Amino acid sequence: MAKNGTPFRVVGLLKYILRRVLAAIPVMAVVSLFVFSLLFFAPGDPAALIAGDQATPDDIERVRTRLGLDRSFFTQFGDWLWRLAHGDLGNSLFTSLPVREMIAQRIEPTLSLMTLTLTLAVLTAVPLGVIAAWQVGTWIDRLIMVIAVFGFSVPGFVVGYASAYIFALELDWLPVQGYSSLSTGIWPWFKNLILPTVSLGFVYIALITRITRASMLEVLQQDYVRTAKAKGLGLGSILFIHAIKNAAVPIVTVIGIGFALLIGGAVVTESVFAVPGLGRLTVEAILRRDFPVIQGVVLMFSFAYVLVNLGIDILYILIDPRIRY
Amino acid sequence: MGSEGVFVAPTLKDVLKQHKAHGRFITFIMNNPTIVIGGGLLLILVLMATFAPYLGTLDPTAVAPARRTRAPSIQNWFGTDPLGRDLYSRVLYGARVSLTVGFCVATLASFIGLAIGLVAGFVQWIDNTIMRVMDGMMSIPPILVAIALMAVTRGSVSNVVIAITIAEIPRVSRLVRGIVLTLREQPFIDGAIVSGTRTPMVILRHILPNTLAPLTVQATFICASAMIVESILSFIGAGTPSHIPSWGNIMSDGRALWQVKPYIVFFPAVFLSITVLAVNMLGDGLRDALDPRMAKKI
Repeated sequence: MAKNGTPFRVVGLLKYILRRVLAAIPVMAVVSLFVFSLLFFAPGDPAALIAGDQATPDDIERVRTRLGLDRSFFTQFGDWLWRLAHGDLGNSLFTSLPVREMIAQRIEPTLSLMTLTLTLAVLTAVPLGVIAAWQVGTWIDRLIMVIAVFGFSVPGFVVGYASAYIFALELDWLPVQGYSSLSTGIWPWFKNLILPTVSLGFVYIALITRITRASMLEVLQQDYVRTAKAKGLGLGSILFIHAIKNAAVPIVTVIGIGFALLIGGAVVTESVFAVPGLGRLTVEAILRRDFPVIQGVVLMFSFAYVLVNLGIDILYILIDPRIRY
Repeated sequence: MGSEGVFVAPTLKDVLKQHKAHGRFITFIMNNPTIVIGGGLLLILVLMATFAPYLGTLDPTAVAPARRTRAPSIQNWFGTDPLGRDLYSRVLYGARVSLTVGFCVATLASFIGLAIGLVAGFVQWIDNTIMRVMDGMMSIPPILVAIALMAVTRGSVSNVVIAITIAEIPRVSRLVRGIVLTLREQPFIDGAIVSGTRTPMVILRHILPNTLAPLTVQATFICASAMIVESILSFIGAGTPSHIPSWGNIMSDGRALWQVKPYIVFFPAVFLSITVLAVNMLGDGLRDALDPRMAKKI
């Protein structure tokens, strides 16, 4: 292993990372084009809107020329990309605030919710999947799989309302709705996020559990697992040290892909629990047809999704050195 | 394994004959309980939606302010909503919206995705472009694609179907393209091409039958996810117009009151969950039965 030539390894690694980053560029370009077309083809005339009610057709024309709205689709797209590259997402049609600021104000609750959900999901789903694979065919396996199928089928807001009804209204253990910023202390912050986290995590847990089980089942049939058993290794170290390492790649992949579920789920969960995050901002923007805000949020979520999966691509190498790059 | 090294594609008649498993029908049911349970549940729900007018329902849109937010009773089995509309009737009629959206999206997305996937898999010069566009579309979470598209159009059931279909197409195309690329490496395809079969015939005779099983399985899962997305869109007010009773709309109506009148949200939620569960079970069962290789993987 030492002969592997460390400098070559590092160069290869950097090349791989660079290739991944470059591959993400066309993806982001398609996302930007989609999001820009959204505003371009949106109903309503932004020039007329900005010119106001009293404006004559001449005034509207002047505003249109001033804002460059009379130019071709691709000129405007280029212009928009240029501003985007400088962090300018435009202004809200409703509050006139810069979209970037509105997103910044709302990002903390969403980030908190997603981080907690991710942690909860990985900490419960992976052990559940491992246990199901180890106990394959028994009632434990069946039970875990039944729970997973339910997790897939019960929409997030149903879990949200049900859990809020039981734990907040009936038992009065947790707050019903709302959010408390991290700056007000960890416990109030955490207490408010327990129910949203559980209801958002339900689908995600189901997904990761299934993949973990499938991936572990394959690995547990391998010869080296039998060898490990034969030489008398403890069950814990077989499952969680030897086997899981080799089963990790599909699990990590699905954690990345499933991140889309978290984003979609956040929109709903935040509405159910009145969490003032980006999901709520999306819903508010849709109800008001505030296109720059919708654009900004979709763009930001999509870029976050691309970045998460880019990070996971890079993580592969750390998990599994056998991966060629 | 022709002795001369000549590979002859079986005629369509022979292929169909193999699939004619008359006597095995009962065995199939015994071996696939998930398909039977899921399919059975789904059948009941479809019947319920179809015959909603004859199942003791009232007009689901009839407003009766005097009887608003009544708890479930003999008169109103599921109670009434904030406008006094009968919830039992609304939930039953709501099944029509969910099932229609689920079925239409699954069918449309499968056919369009199949076409795109076939083109990408067979026409090399356009493959890269198509796949980059699909990658881009796939990196926007499906719900956001649907939300964004709904924001620029008027709310209507057909627009909801189109929006969710567009969001689902990339995944199907990817699946089909993957299958095409694997199949193209198979000896029997080479054999067909060497023995002079033209491309359209290769696609029709060899590629399509092999995509059918995974595509059917994928279609069921798309159907399930489309129903969830539809209800979410309606729930946040960007989906089915509010005068049409859909499960998402009913929940949206009951949202403000859920702490005091939880049954308004409860009934549509339960029906939605059962429907999605039924479709998912059907999908799981179909996957195990039709595509053992994929079943082993997931």
